[in-house]
Amino acid sequence: MKLSRFSRAGAATLAAGALAVTLTACGSDDPVGEAQAADGDSATTEMSDLSGQLNGAGASSQEAAMNAWRAGFQGENPDVTVNYDPIGSGGGRTNFIEGGTAFAGSDAALDDEELVDAQARCLDGEVIELPMYISPIAVIFNVEGVDQLKLDPATIAGIFNDEITSWDDPAIVDQNPDVELPSEAITPVHRSDESGTTENFTEYLEAAGGDAWPHEASGDWPTEGGQSAQGTSGVVQTVQGGSGTIGYADASQAGSLGTAEVKVGEEYVPYSPEAAAKIVDASEQIEGRGPYDHALELARDTTESGAYPIVLVSYHLACATYEDQETADLVKAFLGYVASEEGQEISSSAAGSAPISDSLRADATEAIDAISAQG
Amino acid sequence: MSTTAPPTGKARSRSASGRAGDRGMNRIFRLVSTWSGALILATLAAVAIFLVLEAWPAISLGGEELGEQISWFPEDTSIITFVGPLIFGTLLAAFLALILATPLAVGVALFISHYAPRRLAQALGYLVDLLAAIPSVVYGLWGILAFAPIVYPVWNGIAETLGWFPLFEGPAADPPRVMATVAVVLAVMILPIITAVCREVFLQTPKLHEEAALALGATRWELVKTAVLPFARSGIISGAMLGLGRALGETMAVLMILSPGFLYSFAIFQAGQQQTIAANIAAQQPEAPPLGVSALIATGLALFVITMAVNMAARAVVARRKDFSGAN
Repeated sequence: MKLSRFSRAGAATLAAGALAVTLTACGSDDPVGEAQAADGDSATTEMSDLSGQLNGAGASSQEAAMNAWRAGFQGENPDVTVNYDPIGSGGGRTNFIEGGTAFAGSDAALDDEELVDAQARCLDGEVIELPMYISPIAVIFNVEGVDQLKLDPATIAGIFNDEITSWDDPAIVDQNPDVELPSEAITPVHRSDESGTTENFTEYLEAAGGDAWPHEASGDWPTEGGQSAQGTSGVVQTVQGGSGTIGYADASQAGSLGTAEVKVGEEYVPYSPEAAAKIVDASEQIEGRGPYDHALELARDTTESGAYPIVLVSYHLACATYEDQETADLVKAFLGYVASEEGQEISSSAAGSAPISDSLRADATEAIDAISAQG
Repeated sequence: MSTTAPPTGKARSRSASGRAGDRGMNRIFRLVSTWSGALILATLAAVAIFLVLEAWPAISLGGEELGEQISWFPEDTSIITFVGPLIFGTLLAAFLALILATPLAVGVALFISHYAPRRLAQALGYLVDLLAAIPSVVYGLWGILAFAPIVYPVWNGIAETLGWFPLFEGPAADPPRVMATVAVVLAVMILPIITAVCREVFLQTPKLHEEAALALGATRWELVKTAVLPFARSGIISGAMLGLGRALGETMAVLMILSPGFLYSFAIFQAGQQQTIAANIAAQQPEAPPLGVSALIATGLALFVITMAVNMAARAVVARRKDFSGAN
């Protein structure tokens, strides 16, 4: 009897605790309300000095860079608070379109349907899409005694499609005559969650891998079974923890793992920030969009010398026209900071991203200068 | 659900008998406890309603539509074929953990209640309770960073020698981000709760029964077998069910350790075979479109129903056994 009384009390405490947690969780996030409150307060302050609160949300891939940008920007403008909620690209686009945030980060450009909605959100003005976060994706491997590996796209596709299953497969050996490859099984590691890294990696395999990659590009890994892990750090850990493993991850997180050189045209290109920025310049913009919409059709199968084709490009989405001056000024200043050499430098050292080229910066500056409030 | 039923019954009888002196603190306390009880019911109802409402868009839509709008939704299927493997994986993980943890927990509890010297028993009891206080994310980290690297040779050995048995089919995955590793970590996580309940029940064994057994010349083992275990059977079952409840809903440790897959597979040493409902929700929710969230909540509804069914079944077993346990 004593026992049953005890366990009842325990159950009641548990339930009450769970309830309390639920309640706090419900009450915590209300970015819209806060933004409006901030707008109301600051209407009375001077316009020349930037102050207020700027809310954004979106791709978690940008989180590290965004933290650096926020810190740098707030250092220059002490009265400004920039918030960025890394809820994911899809959520970021939705929030932006619904007007919950002033800007968004997204690993993919808006699709046609979203673009129409975004134009409505931007008071029927132009939508700004700027690819200002360029992150190389490294093919990482952990094979004992192997430090260097050269792979062409078809081989990478074969490995990740479970067609090439041993490290001493002729397809790998032929490309690496100087490397002693063991006859060990290959364990490919992919992301278990939907991610922009997977999407960009499979896009590359689809575009460059040819027949060796029969799947469509997607944010979810297309094949069944096999090793997978949550998040970039999970993949890196799994590759590190196994033997004969190979995976793909943000280059900045590769750590001490070996990274493969990827065949582009006739040469093998190791990843580097410059090589990654080059692929963006070599790509064409999607046609039929507004003057400030720099959505790209990435040329994954480029043969451009020295360009590293496996990159994740993340966009900043904003409006050319905002309802109030306050928000327009803040977005303009913040994105201007992100596009600046200093901003790109900071994200490069904080997140390992590749600084954008000068020509892209010129385009971005033009778009950012156009941001204004409704007249 | 079922845990709330007895207190309301009790509250009713107490208020009926104490109506005459229902003033001051008495009255306040009665109101507070009644409202607390009602609040639990209301919370539960609110959760159930929320789950059904939010899951409805995904349940009512056809599989084709879902497959079109949600990138990770398998094509040409319905919501049921989507939830199926997840339910399978959840149950597999929980039952494996239970099979590992229950005998161990009964052993630990028996040692504490009937074998260990009193001082050691006390210290050991605290230690076991302490296991319950470790957050599951720490268990996950331990599982993937400390336990998995050590355990691979063991899994590999079992897979090589007993590979003909479907459960142990090889080759064992390296790194061992597999169901077997998850089951062991889950077993460690549910060990304290089962042990705590068992220990309490074992200590409740009537002294007269024990002394009678000893007087009849029973050894320690015979004492346990004839007096303690029969008395405690319902307690062991309810402890195990509490553990099962925790194992069913465990998210973080599974998320961190398991390489997920969506197959009806018993291969616990292979990567990418199974996934649990809770871990799948945590993995997919951050990037899911609205309809995807709805589909995930539908899987959450399934988990809710399973957990409730398990709890009710446990209650039923305990209630049926109570009359025969010798407690009366």
